[in-house]
Amino acid sequence: MKRLIILTSLALALAACTQPTPAPAPPPAPAPGPVEPAKEIVMYNWTEYIDPEIYGQFEEATGIRVIEDNFSNNEEMLAKLQGGAAGYAVTVPSDYTVSIMIEEGLLAKLDHANIPNLSNLAERFTQTPYDPGNVYCVPYMWGTTGIGYDTAVMDAPESWAVIFEPDPASPAYGRATMLDDTREAFAAALSYLGYDINTTDEAQLQEAKEALIRARAGLAGYDSDTYEDLIAAGENVMAHGWNGDFLLAQEENENVGFAMPQEGGVVWVDNLCIPASATPEQKAAGEILINYLLDPEVAAQNSGFIYYASPNAAAEAFLDEEFLSDPTVYPPAELLDRLQYLRPVGEVESLYQRLWDEVKSAD
Amino acid sequence: MQQFLRRHPAVQAWLLLSPGGLFLSVFFIAPLFIVLIYSFLQRGTYGGVVWQFTFENFRRVFDPLYFNTFLRSAYIAILTTFFCLLLGYPLAYFIASRSPRTRSLMLLALMIPFWTNFLIRTYAWLTLLRTNTGLINTALLSLGVIAAPLPLFGNDFAIIVGLVYGWLPVMVLPIYAALDRLDPSLIEAARDLYASSAQVFRRVIWPLSLPGVVAGSMLVFIPALGSFVTPAILGGGKSLMIGNIISNQFLAAHDWPFGSALSMLMMTLMLLGTLYYFRSTLKAEADA
Amino acid sequence: MSTTPSDRTLGMGARLRSRLGSLSLSVYGVLGFLFLYLPIVILVIFSFNDSRSTSQWAGFTTDWYRQMIEDRQIILSLWNSLFVAIISTAIATVLGTLAAMAMERYSFRGKMAMDAVLYLPIIIPDIAMAIMLLIFFNVSGIGFQPWEVQFFGNRLAVPYSVIIGHVAFNISFVAVVVRARLANMDRTLEEAAQDLYANTWQTFRRVTLPMLMPGILGGALLAFTLSLDDFVITFFTSGAGFNTLPVRVFGMIRRGVTPKINAVSTLMLAGSFLLILISIISRMRSGEDEDAIQFGL
Repeated sequence: MKRLIILTSLALALAACTQPTPAPAPPPAPAPGPVEPAKEIVMYNWTEYIDPEIYGQFEEATGIRVIEDNFSNNEEMLAKLQGGAAGYAVTVPSDYTVSIMIEEGLLAKLDHANIPNLSNLAERFTQTPYDPGNVYCVPYMWGTTGIGYDTAVMDAPESWAVIFEPDPASPAYGRATMLDDTREAFAAALSYLGYDINTTDEAQLQEAKEALIRARAGLAGYDSDTYEDLIAAGENVMAHGWNGDFLLAQEENENVGFAMPQEGGVVWVDNLCIPASATPEQKAAGEILINYLLDPEVAAQNSGFIYYASPNAAAEAFLDEEFLSDPTVYPPAELLDRLQYLRPVGEVESLYQRLWDEVKSAD
Repeated sequence: MQQFLRRHPAVQAWLLLSPGGLFLSVFFIAPLFIVLIYSFLQRGTYGGVVWQFTFENFRRVFDPLYFNTFLRSAYIAILTTFFCLLLGYPLAYFIASRSPRTRSLMLLALMIPFWTNFLIRTYAWLTLLRTNTGLINTALLSLGVIAAPLPLFGNDFAIIVGLVYGWLPVMVLPIYAALDRLDPSLIEAARDLYASSAQVFRRVIWPLSLPGVVAGSMLVFIPALGSFVTPAILGGGKSLMIGNIISNQFLAAHDWPFGSALSMLMMTLMLLGTLYYFRSTLKAEADA
Repeated sequence: MSTTPSDRTLGMGARLRSRLGSLSLSVYGVLGFLFLYLPIVILVIFSFNDSRSTSQWAGFTTDWYRQMIEDRQIILSLWNSLFVAIISTAIATVLGTLAAMAMERYSFRGKMAMDAVLYLPIIIPDIAMAIMLLIFFNVSGIGFQPWEVQFFGNRLAVPYSVIIGHVAFNISFVAVVVRARLANMDRTLEEAAQDLYANTWQTFRRVTLPMLMPGILGGALLAFTLSLDDFVITFFTSGAGFNTLPVRVFGMIRRGVTPKINAVSTLMLAGSFLLILISIISRMRSGEDEDAIQFGL
């Protein structure tokens, strides 16, 4: 019996060895004729990141039923696809994850002939640095990372200095949080220091690490999940975070504000992509869904529902003025140039992580 | 057949063991080889591995930063285990001293809070513990019991409250299972010999419940050591836990081999510790 | 409360002390349960919160319950969670109990190694186990085939891989709890049964199993609870198109977890208590003796 167990496990371990990488499903061969789109597809999305009514409308219009799977961050979704999970027709990675997925061969090229609504995109979103020409993906929603604050207690922060030069006299001292996210935290520090937020220079990263450690004195903690609620509840006064979160918090407390420091910071875009592992039928149906989401009226309905800025220029005609002029949704035009995308930094990620671990355990 | 089995107890043992053993061999030990093999490979740039053999990952594991984090996590886990035992033992005793039917209902009542969602439970603690606006501090302030808010949130205290809460039932279950075996006649016999309550407890009850205490402590200590969501939400994320470091290697840093090496090292340490702990505690008691 | 027989043999002082002892034990027990239910009360209250927040009170509404009922996906994920928890608990409880008996009752070559095998699933970091299982299912060709099943009127498609993953970590938890019960258990009853020519099965069924029951029940409860709340293993072993409740909820972190989840949790609490109530009522019908304190300090 014991031998049997050992043999079995060895055989399986060997099986695991002989086939090194979990083979990314063979790229679907271009079908000879038109492909019949799948009747039921799975969309791999962030939770509550689409107006749920849209699925019903889409099914009515096209006869394709959409099931939604959820992930809570890019890394989980990426690891799952890298591990070989298949069956998704559409997924929604952020910009730098798109770069990684392209490099790792995890995304399929889009057939632009199936997505005529692509022309509705604003110019800026057709030439993104991570996917120029929308070869692999279509921008879905976009936003920025800045500083949210309690307008009743403090003025709009103009500089990252409010975080990196903690002032015991400030109402935010000891009542501020930073994102518990390696790249975002470093991007804030690097912006403050005037460096490229995607730097791979170790000296600059060390300097950023020192700044992050100095900031600790004024922080209540690092938080990526509940920071906006803590401001709305009056527990904290200031938080480094994503603009969409503060928008949601405004529903509970109108004194929640959002500012983009003048040094600039991170702009992010979530994108609709089709995994390379999708079958031709799933891919065809996925492209129909992407095209549908790019329809100006649908895009406006969706954007208005989840309250994120839409990269769809044609949709603006269907969005109300109040939404379009909301400074939390749309950063001031003069700042747009100073916003950058996070890009993957390759194996320097290990250095980022090591330095971040030092920041987290500094005291 | 019967005769054969009676004469060969080892065969009986393997027969009992084979269903679970086979299952774990195929669905746990074989996959575990993947982690083992990965720990000796080079990282793929963005996750996965490159099939190049290296010891580099194990060299990096011996970093004082990670060692200190491990010690800190162990400190939190030990305190968590201690308080779970302090709260859980009397609770297990209380449940075990009810009538058989009531016992099962109480066991259910013990577990039902944990059939709600983990995140929602943790957020409920957040609502209670927040420093400036939490229910506990607000209540104490308005009653005039305290003049300034107590530091209940964003520190080790909050982490330990959250962990003790989350793992208390896991401490109670094995202690209950051991205590339930207690034969009331043993206690009566001791009483008849005019033993005091303390003596009855120390000489009769505690030794019999010890296997439960040992099992419960292990089941609390290990997950507490690896926890990171509770520390992130209640502890303010201002300090690092070992579970955090490992998880970040697989996800944020895309460094699967190093994450595998850290996992292997932690598993080896904990396994040796666990086996030693079980043997020494139970043996010491058997000798006494 | 009935008096324990030993009261008769005790002196006044000792009896009083004994009463005080059991009284303080009861007080302690009640306090223990209060601690366990304190956040649960908060959780239930916030299911009626008229705001997206799960921590800041903004007025009363039952809107989240309406939203919950309308959200087919979340109801489906709840059924998925329950199904996975029930099946994996049943399997893990049987396998774990048998393994515990082997480990606690016999000595054999390779026991030390089996000890290690049984503890490792508890020790391994979740994320490492999750990713290795994902790669294993993928590479071995087992894949993520769903088990199409009808469960309380819902058509579920539950991947075998998820159930296997849950069983893999639950066997160990069950085994540890059952072993705590088995350790030093008196074997004389079983030996007596065998001397009376009960065969191995009869001895097990009539003597061993009833004695083991509290351990098995405890182990099963633990397994069920861990399975119901698992996120990481489920997330990575589920393939496409399958969600349990925790997977849905963790996905909500970015946009904020809404009181809809409090409503789902409250529904589960209500359901559990309803079952308990039914059990109490049926017990009262059968007229069993109440709460005899069997041993108190």
